[in-house]
Amino acid sequence: MSTHDHTEEHHTGLRVYAAVCLALFVLTAVTVYVAKFDFGDFNIVVAMVIASIKASIVALYFMHLKFEDKLTWIYALYPLFLLSLLIGFTLMETFTRVPVIK
Amino acid sequence: MSSTAEHAESHAHGHGLGEAVTHNAAKFGMWLFLGTEILLFGGLFAAYALFRAKFPDLFYDSHKKLDVTLGAINTIVLIFSSFTMALAVSASQRRNRKWLIILLAITFICGAAFGVNKYFEYSAKFHHHIYPETNIFFALYFMMTGLHMLHVFLGMGIILALIIMAKQGRFKEGNRYTPVEVGGLYWHLVDLIWIYLFPLLYLIG
Repeated sequence: MSTHDHTEEHHTGLRVYAAVCLALFVLTAVTVYVAKFDFGDFNIVVAMVIASIKASIVALYFMHLKFEDKLTWIYALYPLFLLSLLIGFTLMETFTRVPVIK
Repeated sequence: MSSTAEHAESHAHGHGLGEAVTHNAAKFGMWLFLGTEILLFGGLFAAYALFRAKFPDLFYDSHKKLDVTLGAINTIVLIFSSFTMALAVSASQRRNRKWLIILLAITFICGAAFGVNKYFEYSAKFHHHIYPETNIFFALYFMMTGLHMLHVFLGMGIILALIIMAKQGRFKEGNRYTPVEVGGLYWHLVDLIWIYLFPLLYLIG
């Protein structure tokens, strides 16, 4: 543990934070712009991919996940796995349900 | 692990093993809590997925009544507040009290601006007789953004507490800045959730 004494003091510089902030602004503009085009069923995919890139940047740089140990990574990703199960199975049920004929 | 004597010594220095362990434990605890937050919103995201799959046209027509410009402005405001929060954590690490307080104050103001913006948005909806019971899209819209707004308010309370602690000199040399870092993690999560809410509610193509 002693080698980790100062790992929390990773001084990410102002420049990196500013670049991250700018990238997030640009991606916000991109997602608003792209929403004007119709890709059919891929609209939601495009929007979610951009949102996930933004979310990853926030987690990695602003939340310092990049500098965290494996255990923190596991606990950061595990809820996302559970969430994908929840949404995945919900949609599976919705799309495969046979309508009840009255 | 170390002996009691070593522990006592490390506490005296403020930077030894004891401090590092409590710091990391606090951070880890916050990550665990953020996991529960993601699953709290996750239930609503699942409901959104379900009803959007069932009623795609209703979702498309309803979303047009939302103001994309206001939503985009709020996205920018929240991202900028995350930026200033990250800088505040950095200032606390450098024990720069002046900039820590300034940056926390800017973050707080951004949160307030977000709230004011949301107030106008909700008012406009009510003015047009759009309520949570209007349809399932707006039920989800009000529930998701409302729960998110609650988190913004809570985050603002945490930031206010941090400002007071900083003014009292709690984050001086030798003291832990853990509360700033952990509070920062919470604030970034509020930003993270909005990053998904914005395209899901305002930008259904």
